[in-house]
Amino acid sequence: MINEKSQKSIRRQKALSERLQKISKSKFYLIQDEVFKYFGLFCTILGIAVLIVFLFNLFVTAGSRIDWGFLTNLPSRRAAKAGIYTAWVGTLWILVLTTIIALPIGIAAGVYLEEYNKKNRFSSLLEVNIANLAGVPSIVYGLLGLELFARFIGTGESLLTGALTLALLILPVIIVSTREALKTVPYTIREASYALGATKWQTIWNQVLPASLSGIFTGMILALSRAVGETAPLIVIGALAFVPFVPTSVFDSFTVLPIQIFNWVSRPQKEFSVNAAAAIIVLLSITFMMNGIAVYLRHRWQKKIKW
Amino acid sequence: MKEKIIEKLLLFCALLTIFTTLGIIAVLLIQSFNFFKEVSFFDFVTDTEWTPLFSNKRYGILPLLSGTLLTTLIAVLVAVPIGLIIAIYLSEYAPKKVRSILKPSLEILAAVPTVVYGYFALVYVTPFLQSIFPSLSGFNSLSPGLMMGIMILPLVSSLSEDALYAVPKFLKEGSFALGATRFQTAWKVMVPAAFSGIAVSVILAISRAIGETMIVAIAAGQQPRLTFNPFVPVETATTYIVQVSSGDVPHDSIEYRTIFAVGMSLFVITLILNNISFWLKRKYQATYS
Repeated sequence: MINEKSQKSIRRQKALSERLQKISKSKFYLIQDEVFKYFGLFCTILGIAVLIVFLFNLFVTAGSRIDWGFLTNLPSRRAAKAGIYTAWVGTLWILVLTTIIALPIGIAAGVYLEEYNKKNRFSSLLEVNIANLAGVPSIVYGLLGLELFARFIGTGESLLTGALTLALLILPVIIVSTREALKTVPYTIREASYALGATKWQTIWNQVLPASLSGIFTGMILALSRAVGETAPLIVIGALAFVPFVPTSVFDSFTVLPIQIFNWVSRPQKEFSVNAAAAIIVLLSITFMMNGIAVYLRHRWQKKIKW
Repeated sequence: MKEKIIEKLLLFCALLTIFTTLGIIAVLLIQSFNFFKEVSFFDFVTDTEWTPLFSNKRYGILPLLSGTLLTTLIAVLVAVPIGLIIAIYLSEYAPKKVRSILKPSLEILAAVPTVVYGYFALVYVTPFLQSIFPSLSGFNSLSPGLMMGIMILPLVSSLSEDALYAVPKFLKEGSFALGATRFQTAWKVMVPAAFSGIAVSVILAISRAIGETMIVAIAAGQQPRLTFNPFVPVETATTYIVQVSSGDVPHDSIEYRTIFAVGMSLFVITLILNNISFWLKRKYQATYS
């Protein structure tokens, strides 16, 4: 009798403790879930926070170094006198030339792949090839530019070589973003245009391209902001760090901001490191501005156009 | 008639991408061929010394590859776990508004030019690490590796997020219906289901880190050495190409050809990695569609 009772109570106690355990276990899982939420937020912010701290340091180091003289002085062996005039003019040249070369070719290739290409082995070859080109290290493009443009075609260590090399480098990016932009134009627009008797090219030129233009430009600006920061391929083709004059034609030798920065960073003197920091502020202003424009364009474009 | 000409013109522009690939392969092959006329391929892949710029010339690429591997490994060890956690946070936890702010800000990390990261690694990270590890050399693979990890963070997180997004909703809903928390669902259901997609992000991160040049050229040093010690100066394959290019090496010399042999190695390695990732991606897209 007593035995049975105690057995019953033991069983009850066991069930109770099991239930308690279950509750505490599920509570543990809930806490775990909550903790991970903040940990995830922490990880997401970590990289950005590091960048902000570094940027802050950059301004403390070199904010006062940037003045009119720094932007308009020629390079010099004395750090205090050295400026980035040739470097930013070179960057501007490269930017404009690369745009002129890469934009029409990239858009044309994107239009071909999206509008004309039939689904066959040739088209999948083109697609795989473009995906592969996007993954080729930028320095390998430098080797291509060095042998093909600088030496074989004979454009030397000129702006033209640099721009051609960078144009090839960003071409895959432009093609992919052009295709993405074209894809957003609904097929009904094309059909309506055909129904009015327009030819394929008329449809693309008058309807599809205008409708996708801001998307194409967004991709273009992002690609160019990458080109502005590229250093390695330009070093490989032989762009010089010390260019004491401003280029006046596409066949002149040149330097760009990233190469100037690399050159100053590589020197042991502290003054040159400060110069590098100041030049970095200028370079970052350019890249961030371009990215800002791209984000703004994309935002407006997504808001404005509703098919 | 005009239509046909335009189509041919557009086709030509598309074909330029094929010509680019052929150009890269041709340039690398021709110069590497000239290089291997003078240096045996066996020495190239087995010799443990790389000293083409010294009087006692040795042409073993292993030290350059070990430098590349070491910095890449550090970068991937940083970027993959953090990137995956970010992807899970953004796709499973973050409120819509927070997400719409955090995602573009993460992309900023990828927009910063690499020469800037190189400066950060050399001027900020290395001195900071030296205050923790006094034995750390001024040039080392640890600091550029960490910096590179932060640089490729957005790549890993956005590709992993795509992979998580591709997992069918019913798996997630099923897990929630069984009473699982978001944490349990993410790690026990979503991550295993998205495994091949996450593998894609890891492989592409490795490929990107191998080809990265300026961070390591600035902060890792220019001393080719076969080591896995992250505290000492090393030289990566990409740094070597920069080193030779910024010096005065006569064209058509063996030193000049070395950069194409090294470039060829980089090209082949990244090509293989990229294609593995394409293949995996197609596989996981096929599984869930």
